[in-house]
Amino acid sequence: MDIILGIKVEDGTIIATSKAATRGISVLKDSDDKTRALNARNLIAYTGESGDTVQFAEFIQANIQLYSMRENDIELSPKATASFVRNQLATSLRSRKPYQVNVLIAGYDTKTDTASLNWIDYLGTQVELPYGAHGYAAFYANSLLDKHYRKNMKIEEGLGLLKLCLKELETRMPIDFKGVYVKVVDKDGIRSIEGY
Amino acid sequence: MSGYDSALSIFSPDGHVFQVEYASEAVKRGTCAVGVKGKECVVLGCEKRTTLKLQDPRITPSKICKIDNHALLVFAGLNADARILVDKARVEAQSHRLTLEDAVSIEYLTKYVAGVQQKYTQSGGVRPFGIATIIAGFDSNDTVPKLYQTEPSGVYNAWKAHAIGKSSKTVREFLEKHYEEDLDDDKSVKLTIKSLLEVVQTGAKNIEVSVLKAGNIIKQLDVDEIKKYVDEIEAEKEAEAEKKKKSKD
Repeated sequence: MDIILGIKVEDGTIIATSKAATRGISVLKDSDDKTRALNARNLIAYTGESGDTVQFAEFIQANIQLYSMRENDIELSPKATASFVRNQLATSLRSRKPYQVNVLIAGYDTKTDTASLNWIDYLGTQVELPYGAHGYAAFYANSLLDKHYRKNMKIEEGLGLLKLCLKELETRMPIDFKGVYVKVVDKDGIRSIEGY
Repeated sequence: MSGYDSALSIFSPDGHVFQVEYASEAVKRGTCAVGVKGKECVVLGCEKRTTLKLQDPRITPSKICKIDNHALLVFAGLNADARILVDKARVEAQSHRLTLEDAVSIEYLTKYVAGVQQKYTQSGGVRPFGIATIIAGFDSNDTVPKLYQTEPSGVYNAWKAHAIGKSSKTVREFLEKHYEEDLDDDKSVKLTIKSLLEVVQTGAKNIEVSVLKAGNIIKQLDVDEIKKYVDEIEAEKEAEAEKKKKSKD
């Protein structure tokens, strides 16, 4: 019942991931970070089969880093990153034991000065969205975001909208997800937003 | 041909493995590369071949290669061989991060590169890498500069300052004469460029320099910055020559 949520705003993308690491009916940890920085302006947030998730995210991270080393510090764009991740998941799906991982990729393309949010599931479905979520969070958050999301929102407004979503999730979700970590990806890179 | 250099893994009666020694010859033909360790930095420099009139200099690859955020490698010898070795090193650096959750130490990286080079002197169907490398960098959470060298045979050594490639002997002797302990960043760069100028006649546009500092800081000097040092060095040399001339008179 992990929560991962992403909202794209005008000059960046916001990602929120729940802090609870659960196994069956127990909460194992209340400070679990379900994100990995792929490079300076690409952040992957993941949910799914525990174990698979971290393994997959770190594998992707190593490959994206390797690309930068090989290509003389050129960083993979968000679009290319998302395509690579999708391809890896689609290949894995057709293997003996596929990764059961769903991800959101928040990125900022410095070439075109645009923020992006890519939604990819374990089947290899990839879509670029203004906002998105995986798992149960999607049921509660999507309707709210449909209603309140506007184009050209600032980061502050996006964070306000995120607060609305989290309030709804806290009232409706049957278990305590121990709050969320919030991160923003924009032209300056990846940063954490405190106070959530 | 004496008959002892046709197969790779055959000793000559007097204990030489000729193919490996020929690989070292290929290194001596490669353009010169220099590494200098300062107090808080490591500087790598190398001679850059002049691009031909119709060649596109933008896509001509550099001889100073980034292996990871904290490590650089410069080589002398066959460029094509280096590409393979450098790629192996890069993959190992990321693989190490993935399995150990830590960046490679510079010594580990050197051992790995030297290990690969050694393997290619004792396996069937391969020839040795015709390159020597200088590997420089900082270990994580550490401010001690590290500088190593590897050879085609798989031998590796640590150095305070070192040169490989064409006329490396001249440059090494120059470094032995002029190296001082605990050089600051500026002096380290200057020593690197000065030593390269011993063998590079054409000046700034044929020199490449990168400076590494603790905390993953890698700075590649541009032509203007290098030219500034070159001019400074040349002015010093001239002044010295003038002085000598005067004292003679």
